[in-house]
Amino acid sequence: MKGYNYAFLDEFTKREIRRKILKAVAIPGYQVPFASREMPIAKGWGTGGLQVTLSLIGDSDVLKVIDQGSDDSVNAINIKTLVQHTTDVKLTNDTKEASIIQTRHRIPEEYLNEDQTIVFQVPFPEPLRTVEPSEQLTRRMHAEKDYSKIWLYLYENIVQYGDIIFGARYPVMVNERYLMDPSPIPRWDIPRLHNAAFLSLFCAGREKRVYAIPPYTKVEPLEFEDYKFEVENFDGKVCARCGSGDTFLTKSVDDKGNEIWLCSDTSFCEKRRKKNGLFAKSG
Amino acid sequence: MGYVAVEGGEDAINNAKKVVEIFRRENRLAIDQVMGEGSLYAPELAELAIKQAEGDLVEASFLIRAYRSTLPRIGYSEPIDTHDMFVSRQISSTFKDIPGGQILGATRDYTQRLLEFERSDEVEEEGEESSDASEDPPKFEKVVDVMREDGLIAEPLENSEEPFDITRDSLQFPLSRSARLQALARGENGAMLALAYSSLRGYGSVHPTIAELRVGYVKVKIKHPYTKNEVSIGEILATECEGILSGVGATMLSEDAKFSLGYGLVFGQNERKAISMAILDGTTSVKEPEAPSEDQEFVFYHIDGVDAMGFVEHLKLPHYVTFQSSLDRVKKAKEAKK
Repeated sequence: MKGYNYAFLDEFTKREIRRKILKAVAIPGYQVPFASREMPIAKGWGTGGLQVTLSLIGDSDVLKVIDQGSDDSVNAINIKTLVQHTTDVKLTNDTKEASIIQTRHRIPEEYLNEDQTIVFQVPFPEPLRTVEPSEQLTRRMHAEKDYSKIWLYLYENIVQYGDIIFGARYPVMVNERYLMDPSPIPRWDIPRLHNAAFLSLFCAGREKRVYAIPPYTKVEPLEFEDYKFEVENFDGKVCARCGSGDTFLTKSVDDKGNEIWLCSDTSFCEKRRKKNGLFAKSG
Repeated sequence: MGYVAVEGGEDAINNAKKVVEIFRRENRLAIDQVMGEGSLYAPELAELAIKQAEGDLVEASFLIRAYRSTLPRIGYSEPIDTHDMFVSRQISSTFKDIPGGQILGATRDYTQRLLEFERSDEVEEEGEESSDASEDPPKFEKVVDVMREDGLIAEPLENSEEPFDITRDSLQFPLSRSARLQALARGENGAMLALAYSSLRGYGSVHPTIAELRVGYVKVKIKHPYTKNEVSIGEILATECEGILSGVGATMLSEDAKFSLGYGLVFGQNERKAISMAILDGTTSVKEPEAPSEDQEFVFYHIDGVDAMGFVEHLKLPHYVTFQSSLDRVKKAKEAKK
């Protein structure tokens, strides 16, 4: 794009973000403050993830961007277009082909390897915000590893509702040290962060925090001995397009108004269709 | 020429109306607001942003901020001395007679807010700004200086020589005063007005009396990188408010029985924001915060218009996955209730 630096941000900004990322990788799960810039997309629409992607990306990278699992969601396309206009990097929908995957609220269904980096867009970096509004206090609680308030909250959940009611954004303990907000990924994706081969980078633009899970790091969801963490239950439903019963599904309706369920990972769904000899009606 | 309703008051009001007409230009005050919230002094760009955003001022400020991200940081200016302001308006509500006198300038404060139907057909005239450069602008002593000489003003404890830069570091609480003033200077008008109002009205106790409210041009100077001499790089229009945190009824005093100051300085002519800023400077420096407007995190995490608009409007993005995850929990909780 004429008149703009490679990958939009100036080189000093990129270097600053990369340094903060290195610190984040060195202290798994710890939220590193950084001076987030205003981006040409709105705060809360992926500016954190975008700044990480732009500070990492180079000519040899292949980028995939998904929004709630979908490659073709309007905001994912908007982000991809901005990155491509300022870098000319190759874009892909294929999870296996991507070197950087920027995501809002999903981890792709396919297995990611050591060469891949996943960049999460984060609305709320602070897992303790649910129980404590003050940033000064939550930072102290992390420093002292004082997580009693969140444990109490989980206990109260059970008393009040009979179970832990975190839907997405389920708090996890990283490397037995820091409580971390995994961004609003569904619980379905949480076990896939544990001892993962890939590097996970999390960035909140509006809240100005970056944090990370390095490859092969212990990631444990909070749970009690008698009330275990559990993933979403789809009661044996299968995807209406590809027939899979082992992926995260979202409810929808078909043309006749009947309830159907569909894979949220659109690229994986398409691959399965092809493999199973099913072909999409349109792109 | 006093602005109290004594002799000369009526003339002053009529003259103020005339000055408003001289200054009147399409979107003049909107441009000032966008420069403030966009935190970039560039009237032409602000005007373009307002046009592009069809008058949505938060959106216009957002355009300016995004553009600002692409500009290199060259350095800091020298502190601006507002004693040297070329004043086009100054009023005081602490004293009737002030150095230089009360100058109403361009204000609508004493007009009746009636729609002027006959105006709607008028073609906007290009405002001709003629100034007589040969004339040395008058400088006036400030009301606060007079009070300082009398030992009535408690000086702020901090004097941050090198300012904390909120665009290069994320906010760290408790905030230094330089960080607070920066965040307030680019805060959103409506949000700041509401919080400042809350303190005046009942949730808090900061009620300032305006020692001086000034609008005028100030020179921006930088230190020349080689000669190290101060050089002027241009001038900006600014509004400054110095509020004496006096309280009404019960007088507010600092420990050594002096008044504290609340300070506001904003781009362009934006008196409402300058006053709100002075109030919030006061509320967020109280030692024992009680009211919402006195809680630094509450104020400074929520007054940025670009942050707030982005996050509130992100709700328009799909939440199919996250909502599915919540549905699953509702189902589970319902089963548990049975």
